[in-house]
Formats: sequence, structure tokens, C-alpha cells
Amino acid sequence: MCLAIPGRVVEKRGELARVDFGDGTLREVDVSLVEVEVGQYVIVHAGFAIQVLDEEEARESLRLWQELLSQG
Amino acid sequence: MFRFRDRETAGRIVEGLRKMGLNLFLMHVCGTHQDTLVRYGLDRLLEPCGIKIRQGPGCPVCVTTQREIEEALALARRGKLVATFGDMVGVPGESGSLAGLRGEGADVRVVYSIRDAVGLAERTGKEVVFLAIGFETTAPSTAITLLRDPPPNFSVLCCHRYIPPAIRALLDMGETRVQGLIEPGHVSTVIGTRPYEEIAERYRIPQVVAGFEPLDLLMGVYLLAKMVQRGEVGVRNEYTRSVRPEGNVRALKAMGEVFEPVDVDWRGFPVIPGSGMALREEFEEHDARKRYEDELRELEGKEFRAHPSCRCDRVLRGLLDPPDCPLFGRVCTPRSPVGPCMVSSEGSCAIEYKYGRREPSGQPA
Repeated sequence: MCLAIPGRVVEKRGELARVDFGDGTLREVDVSLVEVEVGQYVIVHAGFAIQVLDEEEARESLRLWQELLSQG
Repeated sequence: MFRFRDRETAGRIVEGLRKMGLNLFLMHVCGTHQDTLVRYGLDRLLEPCGIKIRQGPGCPVCVTTQREIEEALALARRGKLVATFGDMVGVPGESGSLAGLRGEGADVRVVYSIRDAVGLAERTGKEVVFLAIGFETTAPSTAITLLRDPPPNFSVLCCHRYIPPAIRALLDMGETRVQGLIEPGHVSTVIGTRPYEEIAERYRIPQVVAGFEPLDLLMGVYLLAKMVQRGEVGVRNEYTRSVRPEGNVRALKAMGEVFEPVDVDWRGFPVIPGSGMALREEFEEHDARKRYEDELRELEGKEFRAHPSCRCDRVLRGLLDPPDCPLFGRVCTPRSPVGPCMVSSEGSCAIEYKYGRREPSGQPA
């Protein structure tokens, strides 16, 4: 139920956007709960985007983990 | 989008955990975490590291009560079009399931989103009841839909629930000696990390908010193990790419305008104070419980029971692994489920049946 998947916004018209989930799947998603621009990734649950993914944070997490694991 | 499934990093995390020499019991409250845990075999990687993880009440379909299912059944029997998410139609109430009623001619529709249910109301002109289940991840979509003034023939049978009160109830009951909590990434995307700070303070328990890729979960466990080892109490966030401390402010605002907290029971739990979302009075026109009060009156004062041997209650309280239920895999299978934990793709039993490798315990029935 809380399954939510990331996708990239390819087109936006008001409260609705077309989101590309990869493998050729495009879906219409309600983006009224987030502030998003074309090209950004959103987390989509039950037809609504619930957050914009922070790509910088994603990179930073991966970097921090490597650092943490090196420390043991 | 990034490498959150990297095998080498996973190996390093597991090696790090193994070296810690742990004997840990952790809980999470999210079906998607359980799916990641079992589907990718992480549970079997973690067991030799001395880490046991169980799913608590984190499956909205599973915690929905027999009464709520009977309400939906009663409305479907009385000619309403009942729309809901796929997993919900197969859950047996005392008098049948929505799928069963559909077979008898009732109008029951599976939808992907509440938007589809509103579309049905617009297109068919029928009295459409949306059986709204889900935690804070799903509730904003119901809230925003009601704020947009949906058609007059559309109503909501609201069964949304808040997660933090359930975590508090679980810790208050004290049946399990849980040493750390993995908090749900998508509920937390909406509510943020602050509600967990209060839990950390009150119950002196370490918590990590984690995402759903295999590396997210492993890293979440790693951070949590470190916290337990150091005796650290508090909240850490592994899923920073989606979870902000304040959550999704717009979603929270919409929820606040539409819902008010009420005391409700959860399957397997007694009444949990402030854990239910009821529609505020302004939305009573779209509140199926008020709108169809007469149709639902027959359920008043009735007690509804689950199958006497079903152990969903204990699975949901984190006291039991699915194969230890006497019905698991024999009487109760996804094709012929006895309890909701075997119906929902987020239920521990369905996940174990699909991906798990443990044989049912005890003698064959």
C-alpha cells in the first residue's frame, strides 16, 4: 500500500504531469502536493506525487555510506 | 536512478554487521520493507549476523478490521458501487469478501487511485463509495480529492490510520523486546522525522527511517545496529533523498483540513487512541458513514470475528513468524486466504509464501 515508485516528470500541465517510470511506462500523475519541474524525479503513490527526489542527497548518501563502511 | 542495489556495498555492510557480534531484535512497520527484506533474501543474510527483523502492524489492508470490511460489504449489497485498491477486495470479512460479492453481481471496482474512483462517479452517475485505506502515504490523496469538491454522488468510507500512535501502542504493550525500529520511508516522506523524536524520547528507543531499495534497508539496519551498540537513543534518517525533517508540508496541511484523529481499533490491537482519521464535519456530505447511516445501522452493536485459528493478530504485533501459524501454507494460501496477511501483497504471510523458503512448522494438517 505504501509502495511508491520514482519516475521522471516529462511534461507538466497544471496539477497533472506525465511521468516516465522507465521501461516505456508513462502515467498521468497528480503533482499538486509537490513543487516540481520537468526533468525532476518524483516519488509516486496511488496516482499522486508525494515528494520530489533530491538527487544531490542521493549522491551524498552513497558517498557517506562508503565513508562509514571504511571506518568499520 | 542511482546504485542502490550494488552487490559489493551490500557485502561490505553485511560483513560490517557480522563483525559486530550482534544479538538484535528489530521491527519495522511497512509491507514494502518486508517485501524488500524477503524478496532479496536480506533476512537470510542478516540472520547469521544475529539480526532478527519482524513486521509489526505496517500493512493497511491487514490492520483493517472485520467491521470496516463488513461496512463496505453492506454498502455493496445495497447497490452502491464500491471502489477500492486491489488488495482489499480479497480480504474475507465475516460474511464474505468484496470479490465474492462481485461474483454475485455487486458493483465492486478495483482502482489504482482515488482519482479513478471520482472518474467512475462522474461517468456512471452511480452512488460511488471509495473504501479509503492506507496510512499517511495514501491519506493526502484522499484529502486533496475531498478539498476539490468531488461530485455529489461520491463518498469515502474512511479507514485511513496514523502510524505513530500504533508504534506507541506497540511499545506500550511491551510484548516484544524490540531494541530498535526501522521507520517507514514513505509514511515518513509525508510526516517527516519529528514524530519519531517524541517516540525516541518517551521510550528511549533508537530509530532509523529507511528507504526501500536493498541497500537502503541494509544501511538502515547498519545505522540502527551502531546506535544500539553505542546505547544511542534518537532518530536517524537513511532515506534523505525523499524524507525531510518537516515532511511534505502541503500534504500535511491538506490532511489537517480534512481529517481529525479518532480512537479506532486495529486488527490484532485494542482501540488505539487518536490513530484513526475521521472526516471533519464539513465533509459529511461525502462521508459514507454519515450519508448511509440507515444502510449501516444493521451493523450497530454487532461483534465480528475472524477465523478462530487465524494468527494475523499475533503476526501484526510482531510475535510470530508466518510459518508458525497452524494455517500457513496449508489451509491459508494466497488463492484461498483465511486472514488479510495472506491477501495483501504487503502482508507478512503473503510475502513469506511468495518468496520465503521456510517450510511451515509442525505436522501437516
